[in-house]
Amino acid sequence: MVDIPYEGTRGIPPAEVPDVELYHPRSWWTRYVFSQDAKVIAIQYSLTASAIGLVALVLSWLMRLQLGFPGTFSFIDANQYLQFITMHGMIMVIYLLTALFLGGFGNYLIPLMVGARDMVFPYVNMLSYWVYLLAVLVLASTFFVPGGPTGAGWTLYPPQAILSGTPGQDWGIILMMSSLILFIIGFTMGGLNYVVTVLQARTRGMTLMRLPLTVWGIFTATVMALLAFPALFVASVMLLLDRLLGTSFFMPALVEMGTLSKYGGGSPLLFQHLFWFFGHPEVYIVALPAFGIVSDLISTHARKNIFGYRMMVWAIVAIGALSFIVWAHHMYVSGMFPQFGYFFATTTLIIAIPTAIKVYNWVLTLWRGDIHLRVPMLFALGFIITFVNGGLTGLFLGNVVVDVPLSDTMFVVAHFHMVMGVAPIMVVLGAIYHWYPKVTGRMLNDALGKFHFWVTFLGAYLIFFPMHYLGLLGVPRRYFELGDTTFIPSSAHSLNAFISVVALTVGFSQLVFLFNLAWSLFKGEASGGNPWRATTLEWQTPETPPGHGNWGKELPVVYRWAYDYSVPGAAEDFIPQNQPPRATQHVQGAAS
Amino acid sequence: MSAIILFLAVLAVIAGWWLSQQRLTAKPWLEEGPAGDFPGGDAVSWPAAKVGLGVFLAVASALFVLFISAYSMRMNLMDWRALPVPRLLWLNTGVLVLSSVALHWSYLAARRYDTEGVMIGLLAGGASAVIFLAGQLLAWQQLDAAGYYVTSNPANSFFYLLTAVHGLHLAGGLVALGRTSTKMWRGAEIADMRLSVELCAIYWHFMLLVWLVLLGLLTGWTDDFVNICRQLLS
Ligand code: HEM
Ligand SMILES: [Cu+2]
Repeated sequence: MVDIPYEGTRGIPPAEVPDVELYHPRSWWTRYVFSQDAKVIAIQYSLTASAIGLVALVLSWLMRLQLGFPGTFSFIDANQYLQFITMHGMIMVIYLLTALFLGGFGNYLIPLMVGARDMVFPYVNMLSYWVYLLAVLVLASTFFVPGGPTGAGWTLYPPQAILSGTPGQDWGIILMMSSLILFIIGFTMGGLNYVVTVLQARTRGMTLMRLPLTVWGIFTATVMALLAFPALFVASVMLLLDRLLGTSFFMPALVEMGTLSKYGGGSPLLFQHLFWFFGHPEVYIVALPAFGIVSDLISTHARKNIFGYRMMVWAIVAIGALSFIVWAHHMYVSGMFPQFGYFFATTTLIIAIPTAIKVYNWVLTLWRGDIHLRVPMLFALGFIITFVNGGLTGLFLGNVVVDVPLSDTMFVVAHFHMVMGVAPIMVVLGAIYHWYPKVTGRMLNDALGKFHFWVTFLGAYLIFFPMHYLGLLGVPRRYFELGDTTFIPSSAHSLNAFISVVALTVGFSQLVFLFNLAWSLFKGEASGGNPWRATTLEWQTPETPPGHGNWGKELPVVYRWAYDYSVPGAAEDFIPQNQPPRATQHVQGAAS
Repeated sequence: MSAIILFLAVLAVIAGWWLSQQRLTAKPWLEEGPAGDFPGGDAVSWPAAKVGLGVFLAVASALFVLFISAYSMRMNLMDWRALPVPRLLWLNTGVLVLSSVALHWSYLAARRYDTEGVMIGLLAGGASAVIFLAGQLLAWQQLDAAGYYVTSNPANSFFYLLTAVHGLHLAGGLVALGRTSTKMWRGAEIADMRLSVELCAIYWHFMLLVWLVLLGLLTGWTDDFVNICRQLLS
């Protein structure tokens, strides 16, 4: 190691933001309720998303009760079962995960990580939250309207979605579509902020290649969401018109309850194309922020620079682009032109390549790292395992000949819960353990956290792994009860009961987590500004929790990438991004 | 879905070009030091609001292109009967062109620091946009009177739907235009208002472009054009 002198570091003036540009709250209301501060909006988003997410969790218990012990619970009938499924799926995918990753983590982390004072359009950002809240309220109101929520399945396929045989045909479906439209409008307002903030408000020295992968993941996911959600918007508007005015965009001529309906000529397939043009990218809208966050958790808690940073960035971008041309792998059994299937099977397999690269890089980052098995790291490891599992079954389902018999069985349910249910939730939980100290200034309790991890991780496996087997047996999804069939052995019923018991246990164990969150807020050990000794900017704020405007008088200046961990020759095992190079600098290549 | 794929391909080219300026091949772990040492990777010098509008226009385009995709798929089914486009639409188109021209005028005036010119341009642009919207409503009424109801044929449904979505976007623009005009009226410094006026003008040109595309679609010209291209290709 040769020390070479390094010049020209001190004299860099930080970019100053004139004070007038920053909005200042004037009262309690504008500080905590109608706040334009991205950090407050982030917490509002997170709390709202978690609240509605808990509803979806309770719905899953009701479904599991019915599946595990059919005929025991008289308060669940077949219609309700369908309604539970629909609301559970829709809430989990859109109102919980999308809102939490982008509205919650995006709002909190983007300005801090890029070294900005706030989002670039704070007022629009505030509106975004309130429109989202309205969307959630409209959605929740469907539980109380006559006829209840829609039971069309989260895919809302016409024609059945708006026909009288489907529960929630009066109000449920109308409000569902209205709520989705509101959600998309609200999201677009937020999304503009996230994108433009990353583009325009990075602090001096924060080049794109110095961004933490969390920002790359959220940024790319936002771009994708901005382009994919319009497809859901178009589908929702047209379906709403079919339902309200009686147009026939999607509705073919059919006999409804014995009489010829007013519809004719429409194409249900058209809806499926629009829906999945949104629906597949949606998987990655949830996955890319998770990828980004996991990369940062692993690097920080293994005290090692991320392996193949450039490759990680390219893979994120490549996945983002490719995921727009695979949508029809959800439609192999839809009756579309059969040869399309082969095109989409190919693109689906291609997208596995950048995804696999990411997995390899995570593993290689861990390789010979100084791994600290703290709670965020445990969840990150849990994510990798679950995601690989779900990804492999995805390769199966991506092939037409394999998918056709497995389609609409529990195998599919197992697959997508692994890959976009459990895996992202693992990241969400890990991220909460990781950033809670920054948000509150206090640590979460470690013992409770470890307990929470092991119950959740092992429990999730016990719940969803056996479902693959049920699916291979041919147990269909979205079935209220199985009845007596020859191809389903009685052991399958016992297995179902087992899954339900575990699901309830895991569900209730989340109370430990909620308790931990509440208790630590007041009694947790004080964390200081940078408890994990991490490099990224959000840990270098002058105050913890960060004050209004994030930084003191001057914005930080960035001198290095986000992963300077265990740099040989450095005094500590991490070098913050805003630490200027020392007067002498170690030889290039030492950190690579 | 070919329209939206084509659109995304164009966006991908733009994004790819931009990314190619960002030194994505840099090895950040070797590049310690202030940013100035390593060229590229800075924010564009545009104001954030302009970039924001650009991103929004991309999203709005995606929305319209998706509607167009749906239109072109639905149109090939058996029950489609194209509807005669009301003559009034040509007049409306003329008014919308005027509106766009007026806002451009306003923008040019703002660059010359000509307060009066800006005001005139904004008012003329706003007024003609309102006339355009009224004209669209009138066209709806004419169609309705002639028996072309929303539900009687998918072509009709799409006609009402597309004009409505376009009209709503324009109405949203009118809100922004109204706010800009009020500020001007209250005597805001023109230097502070230049950007707002420019953004309004850009949005108006965009709405005009969208309208022309939709008009081509509704009159069936696009269809002929696509057919000619197909024949040339095959
Ligand atoms: C707490 C753990 C969870 C349990 C026990 C659970 C359970 C279930 C069950 C029993 C079904 C219905 C299967 C059927 O009969 O077809 C279902 C459907 C579904 N779940 Fe979950 N789930 C959980 C978490 C999640 C999460 C985190 C997501 C987020 C992506 C999610 C997304 C979905 C979706 C999209 C459906 C399909 C709905 C439909 O068929 O329309 N679930 N879940
Ligand atoms: Cu997919």
